[in-house]
Amino acid sequence: MSGGEISSRTLQIFFLIIGRRLTGRMAAVDDLQFEEFGNAATSLTANPDATTVNIEDPGETPKHQPGSPRGSGREEDDELLGNDDSDKTELLAGQKKSSPFWTFEYYQTFFDVDTYQVFDRIKGSLLPIPGKNFVRLYIRSNPDLYGPFWICATLVFAIAISGNLSNFLIHLGEKTYHYVPEFRKVSIAATIIYAYAWLVPLALWGFLMWRNSKVMNIVSYSFLEIVCVYGYSLFIYIPTAILWIIPQKAVRWILVMIALGISGSLLAMTFWPAVREDNRRVALATIVTIVLLHMLLSVGCLAYFFDAPEMDHLPTTTATPNQTVAAAKSS
Amino acid sequence: MAEAEESPGDPGTASPRPLVSLGSATKGTEGLSDISISQDIPVEGEITIPMRSRIREFDSSTLNESVRNTIMRDLKAVGKKFMHVLYPRKSNTLLRDWDLWGPLILCVTLALMLQRDSADSEKDGGPQFAEVFVIVWFGAVTITLNSKLLGGNISFFQSLCVLGYCILPLTVAMLICRLVLLADPGPVNFMVRLFVVIVMFAWSIVASTAFLADSQPPNRRALAVYPVFLFYFVISWMILTFTPQ
Repeated sequence: MSGGEISSRTLQIFFLIIGRRLTGRMAAVDDLQFEEFGNAATSLTANPDATTVNIEDPGETPKHQPGSPRGSGREEDDELLGNDDSDKTELLAGQKKSSPFWTFEYYQTFFDVDTYQVFDRIKGSLLPIPGKNFVRLYIRSNPDLYGPFWICATLVFAIAISGNLSNFLIHLGEKTYHYVPEFRKVSIAATIIYAYAWLVPLALWGFLMWRNSKVMNIVSYSFLEIVCVYGYSLFIYIPTAILWIIPQKAVRWILVMIALGISGSLLAMTFWPAVREDNRRVALATIVTIVLLHMLLSVGCLAYFFDAPEMDHLPTTTATPNQTVAAAKSS
Repeated sequence: MAEAEESPGDPGTASPRPLVSLGSATKGTEGLSDISISQDIPVEGEITIPMRSRIREFDSSTLNESVRNTIMRDLKAVGKKFMHVLYPRKSNTLLRDWDLWGPLILCVTLALMLQRDSADSEKDGGPQFAEVFVIVWFGAVTITLNSKLLGGNISFFQSLCVLGYCILPLTVAMLICRLVLLADPGPVNFMVRLFVVIVMFAWSIVASTAFLADSQPPNRRALAVYPVFLFYFVISWMILTFTPQ
């Protein structure tokens, strides 16, 4: 929406500039302030060179569009976006996604990571430090799809296998228990995890884009970056799922708290700068919803895939006299 | 001097004529079709097609040979590749002449042995035949796509071939587990099966990385090998947790 408006307006400005040059007028910088363009004027006059860049690729990803209006007064956000030169050189030097989307090379740009980069991103997701923004430090240069996809795949199998193993260990002594591999749970786990890791970022991105059109936010993330953050934030659940095999309720809930603390704080610290400009209530509601959904995922997985450990304390001996009494009554 | 003859088949004569007759250019309407190379240059010699004898042999022999010969030839190729998987050396046989018969045979065998009995289908149990089949084939396709997206220079079917053939140790493990399960159940039974599955899992990983690791640039090798590890781990888990109904 806003992308189409801005690109059409840049086209109008371009033709106006050409027209003025043809008529021999000097195109002074002041001429670029056109009164009829209301809200786009601030971002365009702050960065007059941005017109030529936008025309080359009007369908560019939204992260480049809010530009970097000078004089924002927040140094942290200037650091976040890099200074203007580095943004421009990045834009002009290498348009990464230049292949059309039906070629194989287009998708190869999402897998352009080395081993040490993936490890660095995983380490960054495990240690969220309040000063450092995960996206700026690790992902802004190069969002990838390798991490989110394979972390989700590993998590699916970790949850299914650990759940199966923990149920087996809990019911180990019982004579009436017949072990089944419960293969159907793998498909259920896969649906849940992949839906969470892809649909929630889509909804969040749509929401942030909508708020961006109303309130000019300084920081905005592209869809790929949001998917990356969510994917890497799920990494902490892999060791958590393995440790959930321990059949103690207290241990499991402590693990839930720790995992939620780490990944929830990672998500909150990443998305707080994106909603900070907004209405206070909307910003808080967004962050609370993000953390709440995350908690729902972890508690839901714990409840569904892992049986409660108290079951092994149910005495089977008291069950059988009841059954025999019931059988005697019915006969 | 307008030599506008159209005489392509003339043998070489000794008359000193120009090589290319441009006289037709003055005529205008004939165009370039009237230009002919002069008859001075004799063309002679032999043209031999190098593959000719082989093509002739294939043309007649594979159509007319008996069915037994055809099947034995393909089975020998599959058997040769099985040997390469069981004793993994750095050789290119699996990659060069890839075929998908071996993976199909192995996958069908594994799925037939792993499926649960139809009598218990309403209870949540082990995987169905289709689930094993889908896991093996879609897992192999996903790993291949991942390897190609990371920039590996192996072709799609070569990679499928290698991944499929390296299921052979795990199929052998499945056979052994089924035999062991005929004995009485207990912790010893489980330990034996666990040991066999772990050994065969390690064998599969070693065999497949011997073939696949070279196709990746060295700074991304671990990224390409990890999905292979996950794939064989899942198959090993399905084999280990198989319980006869």
